[in-house]
Amino acid sequence: MEQEEEGNMTDAIISTQHLVKTYKMGDMEVHALRGIDIDIRKSDFVAIMGKSGSGKSTFMNIIGCLDVPTRGEYLLDGLDVGKMNRDELAHLRNRKIGFVFQSFNLLSRTSALENVELPLMYNNKISSHDMREKAMNALESVGLSGRSHHLPNQLSGGEQQRVAIARALVNDPVVILADEPTGNLDTRTSVEVMDIFQKLNKKGITVVIVTHEPDIAAYTNRNVSFRDGRILKDLQVEHPRIAGEELLLIPAISEEDTI
Amino acid sequence: MKLKNQVKAAFRSLSKNKMRTFLTMLGIIIGVASVIAMLAIGQGSKESIQAQISSLGTNLLTIFPSASMTGGVRMEAGSSVKMNLDDYKAIATRCPAVMYSTPTVRTSGQLIAAGQNWRTSVWGVYPDYFEIRNLAIQTGAVFTAAEDRAAAKICVVGQTVSKNLFGEGTDPVGKLIRINKIPFSICGLLTAKGQNAFGQDQDDIVIAPFTTVQERMMTITYINSIMVSATSESMIPEATDEITQVLKERHHLGPSEDPDFTIRSQADISSAATATSGILTILLASIASISLLVGGIGIMNIMLVSVTERTREIGIRMGVGARGRDVLLQFLIEALMISLIGGILGVGFGILTSQIIASIMKWPVTITLQSILLSFLFSTAIGIFFGWYPARKAASLNPIDALRYE
Ligand SMILES: Nc1ncnc2c1ncn2[C@@H]1O[C@H](COP(=O)(O)OP(=O)(O)OP(=O)(O)O)[C@@H](O)[C@H]1O
Ligand SMILES: [Mg+2]
Repeated sequence: MEQEEEGNMTDAIISTQHLVKTYKMGDMEVHALRGIDIDIRKSDFVAIMGKSGSGKSTFMNIIGCLDVPTRGEYLLDGLDVGKMNRDELAHLRNRKIGFVFQSFNLLSRTSALENVELPLMYNNKISSHDMREKAMNALESVGLSGRSHHLPNQLSGGEQQRVAIARALVNDPVVILADEPTGNLDTRTSVEVMDIFQKLNKKGITVVIVTHEPDIAAYTNRNVSFRDGRILKDLQVEHPRIAGEELLLIPAISEEDTI
Repeated sequence: MKLKNQVKAAFRSLSKNKMRTFLTMLGIIIGVASVIAMLAIGQGSKESIQAQISSLGTNLLTIFPSASMTGGVRMEAGSSVKMNLDDYKAIATRCPAVMYSTPTVRTSGQLIAAGQNWRTSVWGVYPDYFEIRNLAIQTGAVFTAAEDRAAAKICVVGQTVSKNLFGEGTDPVGKLIRINKIPFSICGLLTAKGQNAFGQDQDDIVIAPFTTVQERMMTITYINSIMVSATSESMIPEATDEITQVLKERHHLGPSEDPDFTIRSQADISSAATATSGILTILLASIASISLLVGGIGIMNIMLVSVTERTREIGIRMGVGARGRDVLLQFLIEALMISLIGGILGVGFGILTSQIIASIMKWPVTITLQSILLSFLFSTAIGIFFGWYPARKAASLNPIDALRYE
């Protein structure tokens, strides 16, 4: 069992050791993370669960290189993130990570296509022509090629979240991180989003999401529970639900809408 | 991020808020336009002053008694030492670098003719004076040296004098006038010269033979000044040296002693006048630059508001991989675009304003390439200077803090 763990370490995309995050509020300290040790392997599809305030977002922000831990080690794709400066972290966010937020975080008054192009703008290796093409491909893979010139306020919540996912995957990241991606969406749209994640995961992209809903976690293949800044449970899902199949059964217009 | 994309992004974000961008730009437009217009007015007046001064004759030297030091007390100009006709004669005979020369006396005269009154200055000079000053005669003739020796009561008058005494279009030659009650006959009319660089009417003058004015009108034995013209412009220093030597000798001053007279060349006057109008230009331009500065502060203000307002956008950009310097550049380019476009519009507006001023106020204006480049550079510098702080502020944000910003 231990040896198997060691063996898996080598293809761990995310590996943390005793990750601690303490916020200082005046002379009060908030221990958001009290020591997280986790290995997330390539092609894992992880759901992080836990009560409000248990440290899920804090953890996601740190592994997404948006924030830095107070203590502990973090290896992303074999790179020691703890030793990096601001510019190197920006480079990691650009090339290795795709982040999806609960509140979409699209640039307002900027078309879907241009929003998806945004990470490519900060990637000097890509020409303007490739940029357009890659962004269109990403939009197509989330089923939104027909909406490329719509502005965020002309899109539904589900569509906005799909634009955000397209933006997250446009630079071919090794991992997609999504903090409550379905938190603002209705049931059917949530399943649509999970369908996209499952398909990306099939292609070999590691996906980590945070969710409060066990129903959503059931679409992933590994459920990690947080409590008070520590990992409480870490379970494999034997038979994940398949979003693609279920979508065929849910009518396009759900009961909630007809009421 | 590539510069091309940066510029595109900056353009887009500025066009999202057109009204605000335009108002911010307006500060720069007005600033640049007023700098251009002020420099154009300054330069224009400088050039017209220079042109007028050189038309007076560039070889001209004027010698007049200067304030002398007596026991360490500086006396009022011309108060103690006076020059006399012998001083003039010495210069006229002993200075080879001097071509024309004349002593001058000057008084004010009350002119009466045909029941009309006019008050003007009366100059007593030798006929050489007309050569020295480039004065042309329109009708009649200049008095001769013989007439001067005879202290003839004749004179040459300027156009303004003629107009005021005899009315426009009347030829005054041959007419009689009384100057301070002494009857004179007019022998010539000067060609009109207009105003000089200092706004004096050069046609408001009466020129009479030196001896007549000195002996008959003023009854003095000294002279006011000596005017000479050097044989050429390059001989001015030579002439100055010769005159200095001759006069010092006559006034029993050693070579190391301060002279009791002053020699002023036209070049001195010209450079003094140019310096004065230069100071005026600088003054006008600095007042105008203050408005440009205020425009710059406007940019800074808007950029600061914009950084706060767009904190979330900054967070999103950093979240997808923008480095601090990308964000810095983005805001800097936005500030620069406001000031650059404002600068271009300001140059156009400034040229237009200058032309309008030129045609309405009848002021001479000259727009120089330097003034355009200067104000353009200045506005760009202002964009960078005032854009820097807000841009720096945006760039130093932490991605997570920026994303969490409400
Ligand atoms: N910027 C901050 N400053 C101070 N305390 C913070 C900050 N961010 C989070 N915390 C605290 O850290 C703890 C963990 O917060 P976190 O956002 O990670 O919880 P969460 O598990 O994501 O909760 P939720 O499910 O409600 O999103 C909470 O007690 C929170 O109050
Ligand atoms: Mg959270």
